[in-house]
Amino acid sequence: MSESSETAGRPDAVAPAIELRGISKSFGHVQANKDISMRVMPGTIHGIIGENGAGKSTLMSILYGFYKADAGEILVGGTKTDIPDSQAAIAAGIGMVFQHFKLVENFTVLENVILGAEDGVRLKPSLARARSLLTELAREYELNVDPDERIEDLSVGHQQRVEILKALYRHADILILDEPTGVLTPSEADHLFRILKGLRDEGKTIILITHKLREIMDVTDTVSVMRRGEMTATVRTSGTNPQELAELMVGRKVLLRVDKKKADPGKKVLEIEDLRVVDDDGVERLKGISLDLRQGEILGIAGVAGNGQSELLQVLGGCRGATGRIRLNGEEIDPSDHVLDGQVWRGRGVSHVPEDRQREGLILDFFAWENMAFGYHHAPEYQKSRWLMDNAAIRRESGKKMERFDVRPPIPELAAKNFSGGNQQKIVLAREIERDPDVLLVGQPTRGVDIGAIEFIHQQIVELRDRGKAILLLSVELDEILSLADRIAVMFDGQIMGERMPDQTNEHELGLLMAGITDTASAA
Amino acid sequence: MDFLTLLQVLDTTVRLATPLLFACLAGLVCERAGIFDIGLEGKMLASAFFSAAVAAISGSVWIGLLAGVMASVALAGVHGLASITFRGNQLISGVAINFLASGLTVLIAQDWFGQGGRTPSLSGGARFNEIKLPFADLLSGLPYIGQSYAELFSGHSLLVYVGFLTVPLTWWVIFRTRFGLRLRAAGENPEAVDTAGVNVIRLRYTAIAICGLLCGLAGVYLATGLQAGFVKEMSSGRGFIALAALIFAKWRPWYALFSCLLFGFFQALSFRPDVVKAVTSLDVPGQLLDALPYILTVVILAGFVGKAIPPRAGGEPYVKEN
Amino acid sequence: MTVLPKWADAILIPLLSILISFVISGLVILYLGLNPFEALRLMVTGALGSSYGWGYTLFYTTNFIFTGLCAAIAFHARLFNIGGEGQATLGGLGVALVCLAVPWPHWTLALPAALIGGALFGAAWAFIPAWLQARRGSHIVITTIMFNYIAAALMVYLLVEILKPEGSMDPATRRFGPGAELPLFSDIFGLVGIPFSSSAPANISFFIALLACLLFWLLVWRTRLGYEIRAYGHSETAADYAGISPVRMIIIAMIVSGALAGCMAINSVMATERLVLNSVEGAGFIGLAVALMGRSHPVGVILAALLFGFLYQGGGELALWANIPRELIILIQGLVILFTGALDNMVRMPLERIFLMIRRPGRQGA
Repeated sequence: MSESSETAGRPDAVAPAIELRGISKSFGHVQANKDISMRVMPGTIHGIIGENGAGKSTLMSILYGFYKADAGEILVGGTKTDIPDSQAAIAAGIGMVFQHFKLVENFTVLENVILGAEDGVRLKPSLARARSLLTELAREYELNVDPDERIEDLSVGHQQRVEILKALYRHADILILDEPTGVLTPSEADHLFRILKGLRDEGKTIILITHKLREIMDVTDTVSVMRRGEMTATVRTSGTNPQELAELMVGRKVLLRVDKKKADPGKKVLEIEDLRVVDDDGVERLKGISLDLRQGEILGIAGVAGNGQSELLQVLGGCRGATGRIRLNGEEIDPSDHVLDGQVWRGRGVSHVPEDRQREGLILDFFAWENMAFGYHHAPEYQKSRWLMDNAAIRRESGKKMERFDVRPPIPELAAKNFSGGNQQKIVLAREIERDPDVLLVGQPTRGVDIGAIEFIHQQIVELRDRGKAILLLSVELDEILSLADRIAVMFDGQIMGERMPDQTNEHELGLLMAGITDTASAA
Repeated sequence: MDFLTLLQVLDTTVRLATPLLFACLAGLVCERAGIFDIGLEGKMLASAFFSAAVAAISGSVWIGLLAGVMASVALAGVHGLASITFRGNQLISGVAINFLASGLTVLIAQDWFGQGGRTPSLSGGARFNEIKLPFADLLSGLPYIGQSYAELFSGHSLLVYVGFLTVPLTWWVIFRTRFGLRLRAAGENPEAVDTAGVNVIRLRYTAIAICGLLCGLAGVYLATGLQAGFVKEMSSGRGFIALAALIFAKWRPWYALFSCLLFGFFQALSFRPDVVKAVTSLDVPGQLLDALPYILTVVILAGFVGKAIPPRAGGEPYVKEN
Repeated sequence: MTVLPKWADAILIPLLSILISFVISGLVILYLGLNPFEALRLMVTGALGSSYGWGYTLFYTTNFIFTGLCAAIAFHARLFNIGGEGQATLGGLGVALVCLAVPWPHWTLALPAALIGGALFGAAWAFIPAWLQARRGSHIVITTIMFNYIAAALMVYLLVEILKPEGSMDPATRRFGPGAELPLFSDIFGLVGIPFSSSAPANISFFIALLACLLFWLLVWRTRLGYEIRAYGHSETAADYAGISPVRMIIIAMIVSGALAGCMAINSVMATERLVLNSVEGAGFIGLAVALMGRSHPVGVILAALLFGFLYQGGGELALWANIPRELIILIQGLVILFTGALDNMVRMPLERIFLMIRRPGRQGA
């Protein structure tokens, strides 16, 4: 296996902060980690990069005691260490900031920080000690958070700081961050990286897991690349470049742009005016959205997750009520809750690929063929008589659609849960695109999908556009928006911050918009 | 209605509220840790039987208490096994426990005593007798305050006082101790507890054991304090009413006290149709009064008296995942 | 993901769970001083040894098919309807009112009318908790339990104060007319010359129950409504995405559920020819065990109902001959619910491991 190369420049006396030797782990028949060895030197920021499903998170879960490795050993600071649970990981000085925060929402910052690391039976002394320590850490590392605020009232960036504080409160010397910037705006991410560099300079060791090349290039000292459960290389960041890393990640030359011809937008299909949504807690999630969608174009909605994009998709898909005006093919549609549901929209030629295929788009326990009729089970061609559905017809049609969309295996009698993520997504896409809709709403079309399937899915979306259909694309992956969209609208805090054409903008400008900074403000 | 009648009704309220209170606090601890327990009823029933049966045989209410609590904790263990270890459906498990208890108690009662599913009636040291507080007789002559002291505060069995003291104790444990913090966190987000290095499984089992203990006390009081012996199905829905009281109390100990007193009051009314008639001047059918606590439960659950947010992770088995 | 083959999931696991329940029940019987095999023999002779025994067994089976379907349709919508008992009680009221209201000329007219009456009353009693769950978010488990208690109190009131014929001490209605008498198995089998005990209450309702199973199957697996109910039961968020209204699903599933429980009364109430207190006798609760054991599938429900019919009748025999109270059935029912429902994984997990072990070498060889 590839041995790490950076030890050559350092004196041999320094033991690696973390060393993994021959770690393997499989779930059932899937091997998530194959004989992985890695060294991370103390006082460095070490990146681990790889595609979705490359095994990064599994590896870190092993390191944090969430999973038990089938084989291999872990050395912390040069001594072999058993990490059967998180308690052992904490004792070994390892702290972890998960992608999905592990915070108790209705607890205060202080309560979250001391949870599990209290000083005694009574809470009071622990709370007092934590309070003074937090003040200290805030000064030292720009980690300021109000200790008495409840987590649910904090911004995502602040919640992340609480996670880091939790680790530091437990005296972590090694900090692992799993995809920490997925939920952050570019400026919040920059702040995070400043914090991480500060921690490194104090001698802490940081492991940064990400699939974003830019972050690796910006902050790490060394980087390991993972592909399909294997560690393909460990290199010094200064000695590599994004193109090389990308090739190591994917294992072949990557197409960075989707192959498509210029859009030829036709007449307006969907017109949205002043759309507003207030959620159950009384928070305004959409603050007067206005958009137009034309035939033969892909309108991309960019934005950091949680800025109202999901709500927009839900309203247009009929899952949520709103106020405002919507015109579809020139006809007014009342978007309020008691009128609309998914059936109404589908009946009018709007198809919807939801953001979360497992929770929304599919019934995992249903057969693939049953899922192929999901949402369209009222369609006349699926009925045998007034009361009975024509299951045979659905089954027949499903088989054909699955073939066309290259779903593997193309067996309609298999339950949806038995397909891989990419194939589940193809089932949803096959169902929605094959209805030949006027408008296709797509949320996160390639989330958690392997690279081969991504290309296929992108092609299908572009083909639908070329047939003159209107497509609204939602994605938190800026790359995906940039390569697929014909027009880009950026959302921040429930509002559209601006529209741009992809060939007249760049990541930097969009990043500013995503952070809520409009042109005039940045110019000032 | 004169003051003394009112005192009698309130006195009955306190007696009837006590088993509800134990069960309600039992449910509180359990649900705060993220385990729904619809089997409070069954645990209470099992404890009522075993406490009465063992007290009848041994002649000592204390040995009876031990037996009752043990029976309840054992059933709680079954619930833990089903809902924690084997990650089963907590509702189904609770329902099963209720049936196990109502079947087993009668079967064993018949086997041991042959009296058609009841225990012999208890007396003397086999019961928790009423405790007269100091100066009760002396003060009873004093109008209002003295009368209240003698009638309402004095003259309950030991477990009534224990029940009321359990309220501040529960509050302190839940909100002021390390254990309480972890318990509440386990009911809100068990992953947060697990990643903080605390064993969620052990925490939840502890909560279930406490729940069993408190349900056990509810049953013991039912059979050896409130009544003098066990009869078939004597818990008569109290476990479910306690759950409703818990929701009404928004999972808070002090509120639980007041909501249990409210339910106790309605139960007390069904014993005094004469009072109801005197106050409302309506001839309310006895069956309606009997059903009143159940109807009240439905009304409260319908949220016509405020909305409650249960612990977020309640009812979900904890499965480690990333 | 799915390790177990379908047959193991549908047949092997329930069978093993029931086996465990029976072993434990046997141990309890042993503790009560009876040889479990002797008890089994008593039960088999009593329940299956004569056409009289069969008549009772199938009579109870009919009840349990209805209440089992009642629980099963709710399970499909991921609702836990513990209110079958109360809904069947109200169904009894509906049947009785229909039977008493008109001097029915013939059972062929009385039966459909009574069926509608029972179903309507049962459905109405289920509708209130359903509405409260769907609109007010009240916990359907607790409300349905409360409605069982309220139904019991209501029946006492009605039978003691209102429906009891004048001068009678018995809290029961007057007898239904001869036109509401259902043909018994002895009448039906007599037509084709098969002798059947005429003192056993099994009647034509049994066939109605079987018909209900067929309709249930069609509803759940062949209609749009069934499709929507199942989809909602599997995933509420997905149902919302597909435009399936949760409120509608909760209310419809519960109305069907309550109606099925109410239908039970054509068997239990029309056979006794008057409405008495506690005519349901726990059948509503047994329905939960039946549905869990039968995996909410009509075929499974029929088999499970037959088993519980046998246990119920056999348990009665034990009570008669061996001084073991009828509550034995409640214990067994609790055990069956525990092992087939809540402790499913206890049986499933080791079984999955065994199947993995068997399968692995096979794969490598191929």
